[in-house]
Amino acid sequence: MTTTVTGGRDDTDVSALPPGAHPTGGPAGGDGPGAAPGDGGDDRAPRPVGRSRAGRIGRPLGIGVVGLWLSVMVLLPLAALTVTSFEEGVGGFWDAVTAPVALASLRVTLVVAVVVALVNAVMGTLIAWVLVRDDFPGKRVVNALIDLPFALPTIVASIVLLSLYGPNSPIDLHLNATQPGLVVALAFVTLPFVVRSVQPVLIEADREVEEAAASLGASSWVTFRRVVLPTLLPAVISGTGLAFARAIGEYGSVVLIGGNIPRETQVASQYIQQQIEIDRPVNAAAVSVALLAIAFVTLAVLRWFAGRSLRREEESS
Amino acid sequence: MISVTGARKTYGDFVALDGVSLDIPAGSLTALLGPSGSGKSTLLRAIAGLEGLDHGRVGIGGTDVTGIPPQKRGIGFVFQHYAAFKHMTVRDNVAFGLTIRKRPKAEIARKVDDLLEIVGLDGFQHRYPAQLSGGQRQRMALARALAVDPEVLLLDEPFGALDAKVRADLRQWLRRLHDEVHVTTVLVTHDQEEALEVADRIAVLNKGAIEQVGDPVSLYDRPANDFVMSFLGSVARLGGQLVRPHDIALHRDRERAQQLDARVGGGPGVLEASVERVVRLGFEVRVDLRADTGERFAAQLTRAEADALSLEPGDTVFAHTVAPTNPAEAEPALAI
Repeated sequence: MTTTVTGGRDDTDVSALPPGAHPTGGPAGGDGPGAAPGDGGDDRAPRPVGRSRAGRIGRPLGIGVVGLWLSVMVLLPLAALTVTSFEEGVGGFWDAVTAPVALASLRVTLVVAVVVALVNAVMGTLIAWVLVRDDFPGKRVVNALIDLPFALPTIVASIVLLSLYGPNSPIDLHLNATQPGLVVALAFVTLPFVVRSVQPVLIEADREVEEAAASLGASSWVTFRRVVLPTLLPAVISGTGLAFARAIGEYGSVVLIGGNIPRETQVASQYIQQQIEIDRPVNAAAVSVALLAIAFVTLAVLRWFAGRSLRREEESS
Repeated sequence: MISVTGARKTYGDFVALDGVSLDIPAGSLTALLGPSGSGKSTLLRAIAGLEGLDHGRVGIGGTDVTGIPPQKRGIGFVFQHYAAFKHMTVRDNVAFGLTIRKRPKAEIARKVDDLLEIVGLDGFQHRYPAQLSGGQRQRMALARALAVDPEVLLLDEPFGALDAKVRADLRQWLRRLHDEVHVTTVLVTHDQEEALEVADRIAVLNKGAIEQVGDPVSLYDRPANDFVMSFLGSVARLGGQLVRPHDIALHRDRERAQQLDARVGGGPGVLEASVERVVRLGFEVRVDLRADTGERFAAQLTRAEADALSLEPGDTVFAHTVAPTNPAEAEPALAI
């Protein structure tokens, strides 16, 4: 089905690419007529103009199926949720979202998610760097281990952390029912996002660029900050954004270690669960819509960043 | 000046540099010429400090820089694939070395403008590298390297990624630039034509060692050995000897050929050969021949010479050399 869709036209939506995956021309491309000294010409790769006839028939069908699928799977449920949240009118929605406990749970969620995202941005980049640039025994094992929090059921993550930082902590570190406990749990499950988005960019990175910076007198730190980091930044931001989005909605990993204390460690997803249990579906739906809005804004910002950095490198004007 | 003494570098079993010593005079444009794997790039990177040496020392401008990192060697380095900072404009690329030295803004602006004019990129200040052609990117990289007033400029196959026409333009341009700027320049290349055209001096490398160092003319006319001879310029094997194709004369008449050959002496003698193909390459005419011994070789004639002989495939001619280009016979050039 996808082949019929993509076979139709070639106007690839560049902003849909992950920010790390720059379809750069590479150094080999672009040696052209304009290269004579003093000559102002430039040679861009010709834009693909091919439009295959074979895809014509398949195109409406493909778009129709994709549209239907997205509607059934994503748009309708979200619409239903939004309708539920406004069942008691706009005032009811507003009251539900601004109820002190609801607001507190949203605040805790946001604060913890921001902290986790920032921790990930730094640690994820560092881990990716070490995995790509350094050689040490057991590197392959460590590399495989990164994905474990992905594969592990999140409730298992919660138990794992509880057994280490819980009331019977073997290292005498008690994070049970504290906000640092939430941060640790969420950092655990969101670990792979930044690592896995930065890693391929680092592997592809041109080492000669760093050597060029060194030959111009830049120290390792200056080279990292001014030359390497800007090329990694789109991938770091994308990974961080995904980690943030995941942290906002995370439930399983915080359900045990979080403690679910209203106004302190209760996150929005736990609040929603609680409201359903006490039969207040409107409250649950209203906070859900608030989470939905946050997630939506996060993704929109990410796409904007991705599009901007792509344009900066690729734009020919 | 640059002096390298006893440089040795191995990668596992592979010997990249096998005790290389080389002095490069201040203000010269020296080419390191050799096939791939000859160690020429390793030598250049060792001078830059981008590659450490197992043994040996590197001196730049009278200072021993062997243990000093590239940042403090006072070098400018240009890479084959430009190594442009893709996220920076042309202006920021060129200014990089000055910006990180925290020079005053006005000084940076003046210097960058000057350099962009020298490399013919004024008006491109606000473009990104992706919006430049390969030749333009490489000129930007040169301006960037020159911005920090390097003591030596090191170019690693700088035109290797460009197409033939642009290469030819850029190397003439580089020669003119060097005549203006006079910075000691070392150019790595595997293209003998590039080395002969651009450099004042050429060091020919092979298998991690230097075969010969000298100016282009003496290397071409008096190669120290068969390797240098066959690497610089084209060669033909005539009666077991290497000769330049343009040093082969062809005659219809055997006696005439023998007379002329006797006058030169030292050559492989007169060979009877049949013409296989006559290729007209503009002013030159290349004649592919097959000696009666079965050896194939090519002679290079001017158009007038070829017309006078009016050669057709299948014709029998008598070939002899007109200059003693055999390295063993030649006056030895400066060899290290």
